Amino acid sequence: MPDLTIKQEIDARGSACPGPLMELIRGLKSASVGEVVAVLSNDPGSNKDIPEWVQKIGYELVAAETTGNQTRFVVRKTK
Amino acid sequence: MHRIVILGAGVGGSVLANHLAEHLKEEIASGAVGITLLTDNPEHTYKPGFLYVAFGKDEARVFRRPVRELLNPLVTLETETVTGVDTKTRHVHTQSGRRFAFDQLVLATGARVLPQATPGLAERGNWFYTLEGALALRQKIDQIEGGRVVVSVIGIPHMCPVAPLEVTLILEDLLRLRGMREKVEILYTYPINRVHSIPSVAEWAAKEFESRGIRSETFFNADHVDPEKNVLASLEGTEIPFDLLIAIPEHRSASYLEDSGLAKGGWVATDRGTLAVNGQEGIWALGDTTDLPVSKAGSVAHYQAFVLARNVVCTFRGRKPAFQYDGKTMCFIETGLDSATFIEFSYLRPPRPQRPSKMIHWAKLVYNNTYWLNVRGVF
Ligand SMILES: Cc1cc2nc3c(=O)[nH]c(=O)nc-3n(C[C@H](O)[C@H](O)[C@H](O)COP(=O)(O)OP(=O)(O)OC[C@H]3O[C@@H](n4cnc5c(N)ncnc54)[C@H](O)[C@@H]3O)c2cc1C
Repeated sequence: MPDLTIKQEIDARGSACPGPLMELIRGLKSASVGEVVAVLSNDPGSNKDIPEWVQKIGYELVAAETTGNQTRFVVRKTK
Repeated sequence: MHRIVILGAGVGGSVLANHLAEHLKEEIASGAVGITLLTDNPEHTYKPGFLYVAFGKDEARVFRRPVRELLNPLVTLETETVTGVDTKTRHVHTQSGRRFAFDQLVLATGARVLPQATPGLAERGNWFYTLEGALALRQKIDQIEGGRVVVSVIGIPHMCPVAPLEVTLILEDLLRLRGMREKVEILYTYPINRVHSIPSVAEWAAKEFESRGIRSETFFNADHVDPEKNVLASLEGTEIPFDLLIAIPEHRSASYLEDSGLAKGGWVATDRGTLAVNGQEGIWALGDTTDLPVSKAGSVAHYQAFVLARNVVCTFRGRKPAFQYDGKTMCFIETGLDSATFIEFSYLRPPRPQRPSKMIHWAKLVYNNTYWLNVRGVF
């Protein structure tokens, strides 16, 4: 089973679009291949931006967990 | 004496110091209050001027004035580089070894530009976000003969979110005027899935780009520049060869803020209404250094200074600092050598770009001069 240890947990709540995506990108830039980064966002724009970007770059969206008005996106750097 | 210390004599720090001196002139004269402004450069620079310097439209000296000339005489100015803030003992430390005690402190040291954060960029890229950068770019723009110019926004947030659009549109106009537009491809890249962070501006700019034959590549997060091959490579795996790269480098707040525990992730966490630094008593921030979801623009620093002056005065008088900044922002957008539009917006009201006109361009040129009154707190 792949390792799901979170390398970095980013709390981007309160940060408006495109803040959470940019913070996720920054986190993944400094991560190594195989590592997992999570970002917590309460910006509705993230629900579209983040999965779209993850698909474009070809990383893995491991989870998108919504609680109330916030979503935690868990992304693995796959290459 | 109640000591108010302001760090940074840029737009926010200077306007704030002048407003405070006006509000508190009697108390300053009687010795009950002191306003000290610490800044690392005896000259004040009007940064929007860099755009005109890059295109050879103005000389750099037009955009610089001695800070002292811009300040109310009641403000004490100290040319000092701040190296740290001790929030426990409430002192500011400077490079020369001096210490300044404060009762209220305002962080207004703006943003730094970090080309070195992107490998290869400093060797092979150009930018106009510093005066030296704008002067170097001017030479490159003069020498364009053909090929591909890439305008790449690398870091978000950065100062003046519309400046990358302006440099692209002015360049396009200039190349047309020189009769070499067909020989030059202009490609604009942006990190998210549209050409600007604000949706209505992105929609307007995308149409403008299309009608003027400017290509764009979105979801492009620059990873490095290959200085040998003249290639800009993205995290997403795209490689773009270029003849001239105009980059908007990564930005951060001043390094002493991270070192003093006042900034996290590059910026100072600030209350969006009162402008108090989160978790601190009597410490405030304004302008580019904050983490607020507003443009890093001079107009923002300026409007914030009106609000903050009142909150600092309330705090001195023992009242609740109840004045609120509403996100008000105003930006001109140059769309060519002699046309411009503008946007005006706030936290709750999104901008709507107007149809570009010569008139708005002239208004911008007038503002570039009236700025020197504006920064004195005249209006
Ligand atoms: C190319 C370009 C074009 C722009 N165009 C526009 C525009 O058209 N409209 C607009 O509204 N805005 C524009 N801006 C943005 C605008 O210039 C900034 O948003 C504005 O200057 C921010 O004000 P500030 O007071 O936060 O910071 P600044 O004006 O940058 O001032 C910060 C001050 O702090 C000082 N300082 C920094 N570190 C230290 C330290 N350690 N110790 C002591 N002093 C220190 C600096 O020397 C400086 O004087 C543009 C910016 C650029 C780069």
